[in-house]
Amino acid sequence: MAGVAASPKRWRFREPSALGGFWPSFGFVALYLGFIVLIPLAALALRPWEIGIDGVWRAVSSERTVAALKLSFGAAAIAASVNAVFGTIVAWALVRYEFPGRRVIDALVDLPFALPTAVAGIALAAIYAPNGFIGAAFAEHQIRIAYTPIGIMIALVFIGFPFVVRAVQPVLADLERDVEEAAATLGASRWRTISQVIWPSIAPAMLTGFSLAFARAVGEYGSVIFIAGNLPMVSEIAPLLIIIKLEEFDYAGAAAIGLAMLVISFVLLFVLNGLHAFMTRRGGA
Amino acid sequence: MINRIPAAPTRDPPWFKWTLIAVALAYVLIVLVLPLLAVFVEALRKGEAAYFASFKEPAALAAIQLTLLVTAIAVPLNTVFGLAAAWAITKFEFVGKSFLTTLIDLPLSVSPVISGLVYVLLYSAHGWFGPFFLDRGIEIIFAVPGIVMATTLVTFPYVARELIPLMQQQGTDEEAAAATLGAGPWRTFFLVTLPNVKWALTFGVLLCTARAMGEFGAVSVVSGHIRGLTSTMPLHVEILYNEYNFVAAFAIASLLALFALVTLGVRAILEQRFEAELAAANRT
Repeated sequence: MAGVAASPKRWRFREPSALGGFWPSFGFVALYLGFIVLIPLAALALRPWEIGIDGVWRAVSSERTVAALKLSFGAAAIAASVNAVFGTIVAWALVRYEFPGRRVIDALVDLPFALPTAVAGIALAAIYAPNGFIGAAFAEHQIRIAYTPIGIMIALVFIGFPFVVRAVQPVLADLERDVEEAAATLGASRWRTISQVIWPSIAPAMLTGFSLAFARAVGEYGSVIFIAGNLPMVSEIAPLLIIIKLEEFDYAGAAAIGLAMLVISFVLLFVLNGLHAFMTRRGGA
Repeated sequence: MINRIPAAPTRDPPWFKWTLIAVALAYVLIVLVLPLLAVFVEALRKGEAAYFASFKEPAALAAIQLTLLVTAIAVPLNTVFGLAAAWAITKFEFVGKSFLTTLIDLPLSVSPVISGLVYVLLYSAHGWFGPFFLDRGIEIIFAVPGIVMATTLVTFPYVARELIPLMQQQGTDEEAAAATLGAGPWRTFFLVTLPNVKWALTFGVLLCTARAMGEFGAVSVVSGHIRGLTSTMPLHVEILYNEYNFVAAFAIASLLALFALVTLGVRAILEQRFEAELAAANRT
């Protein structure tokens, strides 16, 4: 790593330091992570195979599971896209403009982090139910929001709200005004400045926010189940199916679905990371 | 004739500016403010008396007590973990550091239901270690220890994530100076490092507390929903809601929402006062 000296590099676990306390803190962290994260995840990776490869495949490829996985990943992708667009607009307004209530809104952005998901869930269900504040208006036009996949998306939009705003905000703030001014001085129209100067620098941040919101939304449970209606094949999300399997004492089946969710998530996040690397390289830093 | 001075080239035209602000405000209003208001409106729908009566129910009191107990165990554990992890990661160079950082962030992208599930796979009667503990009369799943473990897993990144970016930015110069002057690691930590990060730490602990009190998915899997025994506040909200006891459900929910608002308020105040210090931690 930092082997600048010409002397043959000796492999070291850690670089020497004047500070103490590495081993106690590292040891505690490793032990803690082992018990809290690694051993439990090992159980998730190993236990599905108790029912054999066939059993795992049956559990994961059953019609009901596939429908639930499609719904969870599809609704999460749509919700994260909505947030990518509107979250960027919110970030832009917060960074670039001064308007009454700006500070309050800036603080409120983090609400979905701090508000318990079940509280958000029952509140959303109350608003969008056919007799709710917004639900009633749509019910008049025969549109149902709560207890349909649309309701699920609304819950996932709420949950993913902070990610894009918080990813784009610092990038917009750091974007040097001079660069924009230079572009304008050189004769670029405002639109050209936005599309060729600002957009390439914030696009990777938008993607980061999208990925985080997406990852969070895929596994979301508390805010969704109250508004979802939980109809098998229609509005039943994958995490709920895991709970149903557990209640039937089908532990291996539940673990198989959980493992499938994690594997799909990580593959998608890996692809998104690759895309992010590509964009930052092309964005030319 | 007076030449017109062109508008600043990087200033957006007013119609553009106000349209964006209007869209942003409308979005925040619909997505965030409306649900928040709904909690309090629904809780007070039948008047103050009904609202306060919701807290006098024994099951509600038991749920509040259990939530406080679980939080009081999980948050200190995760605070110590967060400090230790931030110390090891930001003050030293070692092999596998980025892997360790990834591991710390892992629970953020794992479904809370899966976080609960893994403990069922380990400690239930059919789990790897469950029979061992059950033979000795220790119940973990469908009991308080399981709830504590699941809450700890779901909330453990929050303190570490507030501290790591800030301590990374602060570097090791001050600690190295203290060490050179003869201070031991503990003294260096308490007199140099801790004062430098106290506001980020405060906010990390608050956020961790809010998440621990409100954790639903993971706790829901391991608790078994035994009313008055293994029901935390969010689970009690669910039970009441499913019994169509909306006022009581939203009343308990309003307590959790209030705590969330306090958390955000404290952050806003700290950020305003100690902008520079928190700037590094102001990322999600």
